[in-house]
Amino acid sequence: MSAMTLTPIEKKPLSFALPTICAAGGFAGLFVGTAHGSGLIGVVVGAVVLMVLGYIALQILGPGMERPVRWGIIALFTVAGVLLAGVPGFVLGGLFGWFFAFFVYWIGEGRYRANLAPYLTGGQVLWHYAFRVICGAIFVFLITPILVVMPLSFNAQNFFTFTPEMLRFDPAGYSLKHYQDFFTSSGWQQALRNSLAIAPVATLLSVSFGTLAAIGLSSEHVPFRRAIMAILISPMIVPLIISAAGMYFFYSRIGLQGTYFGVVLAHAALGIPFVIITVTATLVGFDRSLTRAAASMGANPVTTFFRVQMPLILPGVISGGLFAFITSFDEVVVVLFVGSANQQTLPWRMFTGLREQISPTILAVATILVGISVLLLITLEMLRRRSERLRGMSPG
Amino acid sequence: MKLTKTLLATTALTVAAGVSATAQEMANSMTVVSWGGAYQNSQLKAYVEPYLAANPGVSVTWDESSAEAVAKMRAMNEAGNVTWDLVDAVASDAMRLCDEGLAMEIDHDEVLAAAPDGTPASEDFGQLIVSDCFIPQIVYSTTFGYRPDMLPAGTEPPDSVCDVFDLETYPGKRALQKRPIDNMEWALYCDGVDKDDIYDVLSTDEGVSRALAKLSTIKDQVVWWSAGAETPQLLADGEVFMGSTFNGRLFSAIAEQNQPIEMMWDMQSFDLDGWVVPTGLPADRLARVMDFLMFATDTQRLADQAAYISYGPARASSAPLVGKHAELGIEMAPHMPTDPANATNPHIYDYEWWADNRDDLDAKFQAWLAQ
Amino acid sequence: MSDTTDTGPVLAADGTPLKRSLRRALRAQKMRALALIAPLLIFVLVAFIAPIADMLFRSVENQIVGNTIPMTVEELRDWDGADVPDEQVFRAMFFDLFLAAEAKEHTKLGSRLNYEQSGMSSLFRTTGRRVDNMGKVFQNAFKEISPQFDDAQFWFDMMSGGAGAEGNARLISNQIGRLERLEATTFSGDVGFVPGAAISDILPNTARAYAAFAAFTHFVNEDVVSEKKPWEAVHAALAVDLEEPATAAALAAYDGPGADALRQAAAAELPPIDMKAAFVDANKDWSRIEYWQVIKTYSPPYTTGYFLNAVDMEKTTQGVALRSDDERIYGLLFKRTMFMSLMITFSCIVLGYPVAWILANLPARKANLLMILVLLPFWTSLLVRTSAWKVMLQQQGVINDVLVWLGLVADESRLVMINNQFGTIVAMTHILLPFMILPMYSVMQTIPPAYLRAAKSLGATNWTAFWRVYFPQSVPGIGAGSILVFILAIGYYITPEIVGGTTGTFISNRIAYHISTSLNWGLAAALGSILLAVVLILYWAYDKIVGIDNVKLGG
Repeated sequence: MSAMTLTPIEKKPLSFALPTICAAGGFAGLFVGTAHGSGLIGVVVGAVVLMVLGYIALQILGPGMERPVRWGIIALFTVAGVLLAGVPGFVLGGLFGWFFAFFVYWIGEGRYRANLAPYLTGGQVLWHYAFRVICGAIFVFLITPILVVMPLSFNAQNFFTFTPEMLRFDPAGYSLKHYQDFFTSSGWQQALRNSLAIAPVATLLSVSFGTLAAIGLSSEHVPFRRAIMAILISPMIVPLIISAAGMYFFYSRIGLQGTYFGVVLAHAALGIPFVIITVTATLVGFDRSLTRAAASMGANPVTTFFRVQMPLILPGVISGGLFAFITSFDEVVVVLFVGSANQQTLPWRMFTGLREQISPTILAVATILVGISVLLLITLEMLRRRSERLRGMSPG
Repeated sequence: MKLTKTLLATTALTVAAGVSATAQEMANSMTVVSWGGAYQNSQLKAYVEPYLAANPGVSVTWDESSAEAVAKMRAMNEAGNVTWDLVDAVASDAMRLCDEGLAMEIDHDEVLAAAPDGTPASEDFGQLIVSDCFIPQIVYSTTFGYRPDMLPAGTEPPDSVCDVFDLETYPGKRALQKRPIDNMEWALYCDGVDKDDIYDVLSTDEGVSRALAKLSTIKDQVVWWSAGAETPQLLADGEVFMGSTFNGRLFSAIAEQNQPIEMMWDMQSFDLDGWVVPTGLPADRLARVMDFLMFATDTQRLADQAAYISYGPARASSAPLVGKHAELGIEMAPHMPTDPANATNPHIYDYEWWADNRDDLDAKFQAWLAQ
Repeated sequence: MSDTTDTGPVLAADGTPLKRSLRRALRAQKMRALALIAPLLIFVLVAFIAPIADMLFRSVENQIVGNTIPMTVEELRDWDGADVPDEQVFRAMFFDLFLAAEAKEHTKLGSRLNYEQSGMSSLFRTTGRRVDNMGKVFQNAFKEISPQFDDAQFWFDMMSGGAGAEGNARLISNQIGRLERLEATTFSGDVGFVPGAAISDILPNTARAYAAFAAFTHFVNEDVVSEKKPWEAVHAALAVDLEEPATAAALAAYDGPGADALRQAAAAELPPIDMKAAFVDANKDWSRIEYWQVIKTYSPPYTTGYFLNAVDMEKTTQGVALRSDDERIYGLLFKRTMFMSLMITFSCIVLGYPVAWILANLPARKANLLMILVLLPFWTSLLVRTSAWKVMLQQQGVINDVLVWLGLVADESRLVMINNQFGTIVAMTHILLPFMILPMYSVMQTIPPAYLRAAKSLGATNWTAFWRVYFPQSVPGIGAGSILVFILAIGYYITPEIVGGTTGTFISNRIAYHISTSLNWGLAAALGSILLAVVLILYWAYDKIVGIDNVKLGG
């Protein structure tokens, strides 16, 4: 996107750049200051330091010296960080330095205008960036909890707590023992095997039935369409605790409680709405004349389905399948009720782990699973792009 | 000691001989239900691993469902499909299971080994056999742990359960179990009710209000827990100053995890945990369970368990055999809830009374909590 | 079609009228569509809808009382409730309770009634232990009169009326049926005993009690009836029969097996039968009218009791009334569940809208990368995210640590952000946010950016352009996301359990508690039914407003 420049960038007057940089410095200084006793001193020091740095960088040395100045600023902040707060200060100082090194030139050289329409007023530009910051904060909100548990999975102790050693980045505070526990404990490995035995079969069931039903539902002349749809979507809507309790009693009665098949059935039922939703969504965009064309050329319905319909709705099927898989793979309430010892899945073990013996092994497992999720998401994204190519849409 | 060993060796031989003679009729797998965590691990080490070593070809599956044992056994029984062979349950659950006919009545002298000196099992377990279906394993207690480093400077460490209610001397949060049992009794005790009168007072509406009123004085400082692992975590985090939990959890946090926590044993609430056998087992599975029970509840095995967790063995004859911790090598006896130094003022909780009043008090307690 | 009027119906290629041909094709298409849907529909109906219907049925089911103490229920029907029931009722209770205690079913009934009145549980349990003794008196008395009464075979012959006697098959099948209901199973096969018709007429109670004993011995204990001595209850029944003056007269003319012994017994002095005294002696609570009222109130096979309890009401002698203040909890919990779900939905809208907007307005490649940030939490284990929030929010947690480190909060006054409503709302907002963003995003994608530019070029300010042009078009997305989030939120269980403390828990937590701890499954089902009703109404609204087909999950 850097190639796209809407507005020619031009150097901003110091009367604008310096106060802005100065304010930012003061703001950052406030935090450092309060952390060390006095917020006011922090504000003043921050503002002065940034103003001086900004003046040197923009006015004395100029844009020609940008690269060395940037490194200089980073080094300066890192050293200051180490002096103030040791190892964590080193990291934070580096980050602050990197940001201000960028910020000074971004403001001073007017680069912030580059991607915006030239007619925007100053207020609009400010709002544009404020909005981005707000969105960024929301993304941070979304992702921080997941990032926070990752270092905890390397905790050398058996608690969910950042120990002082960890905060000092002392290697003694870290260990791989929880990963080792996961890979060597027969309980966890059995749970992994169970999860891998249950989720794919449940997914297969919900995908095969779900896809057929979605194709049936997409035809124009289905009687009681809404009612049928309502029933098929209901597993997503009914509170899990009700589903779990109902299945528990009913499956007990028909001898499915505590069996592998029972858990698979229950999970398949929970995954169905996702398949129905995603496949019907792909079918909405499906050009019906394609099947008619295939039929008019003599293909029977089965051939038409596999050669014409299937390739086009495949992304929907796969994405529905992934949702169904994750539903089963991450499901804990229903399996706790419907399953028994021989069907302990990963979430089951995590749940009992949280209840009976808090151990960061759970976090180690989570970290591994997050890694797998990222891989799956990337796969999904690739598939989506492929489908757009197939349909002849340009990938934006 | 030598005598014991010889006797044990003979017992082991007899057991082994018995197995080889009847191996034909015994199922080769067993589903054992327990609590998970360190407790289950102690059972694995002390009972199951030695048993499996003596009986190759037998496999044991663990189900960590003891917390829902009654609900699940009731559902299994309704369906006529019992998949569990042996269930670890607390005494009150065992009584409930026995009452409902979900657990099998046991003739303790017939199916359990006598003590090494020949005392029959029913005498060796004594009063701990609180129900005909119940085979006691351990005595545990719900007691308090606190963080000495969070004490206000110059304050004596807490030594009475009433210090839990004393927010002035001991500021900070407390962790209490999210149920009326124990909490109501402690509240009344600290409100000046005589220990022997607690249940009489609690039987009246005024008594319940009085207990809740006492609890109300600390309500906004309480973190309510429902799983055994929570209090040690809260104490380790410094989230609470003191909290109630099972004494074995505290021992594990203090001795095995080296957390800065101390024990406070005043008014510790004794409880029992043990085995029950579900009704309706097929003969071959039942034979296997009985064989295992005979082995797993003998004097030495119960004493062995104490090497892994600080719960008192239920047999009187096991107490002298309690030795050192399996890994840490510290003496375990002083960490037992039954140790005379710890059991100076225990609270004996009334199973019968709670069986009757639990639903009613729970409704009131939950309504009080939610307000 | 106007041009077809004069040439007759249009014909298809095979000569049938086009209209019919089309109709047939349409029907075939319908059938094919239904055939495609059928497997899944049947699957969902069996694996999902049936279990839920089955569970909801428990909220009104109350057959346990009638099945466990059928005769007592019968006798109580005419009881006016003003005074402690008479001896007749206590006798019925004795025979009912004896069989129930043998089958170990009486404590289940006790637990059931204890939900309505505390103390019932121990009433049944303690009395169940004493019923043997209540009958023992009569057993000993009969043994005294004639040692024959201590003989299993003698009893068997006496009650079957001897070989070749006319049998009363209905009586035994009635008792088998009763036992089946009591044990909730079915038995098949022959008991090996049929009570004699003549002796059943003379000794109706004894015959019934012996038949029950025979059925139990054969089916439950799997023993041979003629080898087992009858229960104490059978002796008590005989005493009850002999108490009737008419019995002695009838016995005088009877000549079946055991007639002599019976005549001897009828002539002898028997201990007085006072079951009322015996019950009150076993547990003085049997003389409490309110206990009997509870039994009577809850004797019908179906009850509204659980639903009343679920809305903080109870049945009293004066009809339905609110529970006392200190027991009202469900109304509060329902209100709280609603309030918190609304807060969560609202927070999700506030946080989800900007994100959905930026995703919809960024170039696709960047948007898809950011989309991963939205989907990643969505795909991370719920348990892990919840524990992560615990680590973040607690007083010694990450957020408080950072705030203290920055000096914004003093170390002594760390913020309380967990184990209360705030904790639940934050954690659940995080967990449900993707469910808000995804539908919003799919709606916003369809809004052409040109509209905003057009509005601005016509002189609208930024705000006006957004508020008057863009926002109204994005409302369907907000609606879809809100209802989805709200529906999912009110059913949540795990997260409030872990971070909710006492004030941040939902009604689902109570449902789970009643299922696995208090075992009051009827109440759990009633609470579940109410919750489900709320969800279904919302679901219906969702369908009306958005249409179920329009739910989208990403792209």
